[in-house]
Amino acid sequence: MSDLMQEPIEQAQSPLAEAWGMFKRNHAAVAALGVLALIVLGAIFGPYIYPTDPFEMVWAPFSPPGQEGYLLGTDYLGRDLLAMIINGARVSLMIGLAAAVVSIFIGVTVGALAGFYRGWVEEVLMRITEFFQVLPTLLFSMVLVALFGASLPMITFAIGVVSWTAVARITRSEFLRIRELEYVKASRASGASNRKLMFGVILPNALPPIIVQSALMVGSAILFEAGLSFLGLTDPNVVSWGQIIGSNRQYILDAGYTVTIPGIAIFVTVLAISLVGDGLNDALNPKLRQR
Amino acid sequence: MTDLLNVENLTVRFEVKRGGAFGKKAHLYAVDDVSFTVKAGETLAIVGESGSGKTTAALAVARLQAAYAGRIELDGEDILPMEGEALRQVRQKVQFIFQDPYSSLNPRKRAEAIVQEPLDSLSDKPAAEKAEIVKGLFEAVGLRPEQMRLFPHQFSGGQRQRIGIARALATQPELIICDEPVSALDVAVQAQILNLLRKLQKDFGLTYLFISHDLGVVQHMSDSIAVMYMGKVVEHARRMDLFSNPRHPYTQALLSAVPTVDRAKRAAQKRILIPGDPPDPVNLPKGCRFANRCPVAQDKCRQDEPALLDDGKGHRVACHFS
Repeated sequence: MSDLMQEPIEQAQSPLAEAWGMFKRNHAAVAALGVLALIVLGAIFGPYIYPTDPFEMVWAPFSPPGQEGYLLGTDYLGRDLLAMIINGARVSLMIGLAAAVVSIFIGVTVGALAGFYRGWVEEVLMRITEFFQVLPTLLFSMVLVALFGASLPMITFAIGVVSWTAVARITRSEFLRIRELEYVKASRASGASNRKLMFGVILPNALPPIIVQSALMVGSAILFEAGLSFLGLTDPNVVSWGQIIGSNRQYILDAGYTVTIPGIAIFVTVLAISLVGDGLNDALNPKLRQR
Repeated sequence: MTDLLNVENLTVRFEVKRGGAFGKKAHLYAVDDVSFTVKAGETLAIVGESGSGKTTAALAVARLQAAYAGRIELDGEDILPMEGEALRQVRQKVQFIFQDPYSSLNPRKRAEAIVQEPLDSLSDKPAAEKAEIVKGLFEAVGLRPEQMRLFPHQFSGGQRQRIGIARALATQPELIICDEPVSALDVAVQAQILNLLRKLQKDFGLTYLFISHDLGVVQHMSDSIAVMYMGKVVEHARRMDLFSNPRHPYTQALLSAVPTVDRAKRAAQKRILIPGDPPDPVNLPKGCRFANRCPVAQDKCRQDEPALLDDGKGHRVACHFS
């Protein structure tokens, strides 16, 4: 009895606070989070601070960065590259996020149903997942975009539809593991419905690896979008980083900066996202807690 | 006293595949035609070695494991075919305490939310009343109210098991199934938890179905005992009856292995060793399942399976030579 009566109460720390404590210990991730915050803020407020129209010809073509009054120079049509980068950030980040949301939605739903119900449900869903896994992803999304038009929602959907398989597999494996744990049985004995078990009990405990995967997926979706728009499969009414590279690619030898600058933007953003994802992995992985 | 729980011919089987994906399908009868009764306010202990089917039987009684055949009567009503609202009502009456206090509590919920969960799922009481009940339960199991806001990992094993017990009590159940509730705990803590369980039984008039492999614990806890071997009940008797007069050779061997500190008793005690291994559960031999390890087995035992027969005084044994 004595252990119950005298032991001082530890402060009740929520799992979220604990995760943040772990995240803070990964310095690269914290720095990357700062960079990412700057990029996001720039994408949101940049167009108001620097209101130049990215489609307007403001100066002669191929004005090098820093000279003739344009910080990042002009592209082959004489458009302001800085304005294009700022506006492109919006599109790239938005597509990255939206595509990740689409694939998480599909992946978590498929994985949760397969892992929870097992049996023929699992068989069918996992065969479908495998079907999507063996499709050449770039080719498939190109076909989708080519067939249904290069609008932003379609591109987002095309990226989401080819990249949900990893999420589905991770979700399923976590569900398979957690559904056998006793607290799930306890919830069932407490009268929890299947829906509550799936989304109220198992899913919250399956989230850490799904969150990490999602963060990484935002990065890969941005890369994917860049790839698509490099190939010209992009909404012509908006600027994105990949599109800047794609449209300037013929002049890569004469005006390398027109390709390099958006390339650096993509590189820095995706790297930051990956490092944040890595930090999340540390923060959410209980096995690393004790270190 | 009346029977609260009456299990008749309960059978739980699992499909197993032998020899890869295209192998023949076979069935493993984890619980095979098992019957037992628990009187209201008493404790029935089910003892047996690993793989004897005791936990599976318990899970089936709690409707956490699908049964293949049989009847499970609670208050005279068969709960096996129940679904939906009727099953919800049954779940209020039957609660479960799990073996492993480390995996039986949801790590993402605070202790108070864990204890309150059965109330949230099974009752329509107002929030204030639920909070009041939870507070009372914490007190009843010996936890302090300020510990309600903590997360499971901030508790010790014994404290976690107390939370599990509080959760099982939340809906004021009639029957609590304890699946080896102390086997994962230190010996010192075991005694605390067992005494708590007994105190709660007295205070709330609970009926326990107590699963264990530890005969010392069972001796402390039970009113009646059912001994299981390979999915079958081999002996079912009142506690005193079983300990003083074990009739099945398996029970005799089990009891002879219970250590005692009494020197005179220890000198008199002769250990009965059980040679060999249990038979393949998928491919059971004909006749008595214990025959290949039994010291008194005859040819008859390898031919006919003995039935669980009552001696007229409530002591039931499944052995041809008892």
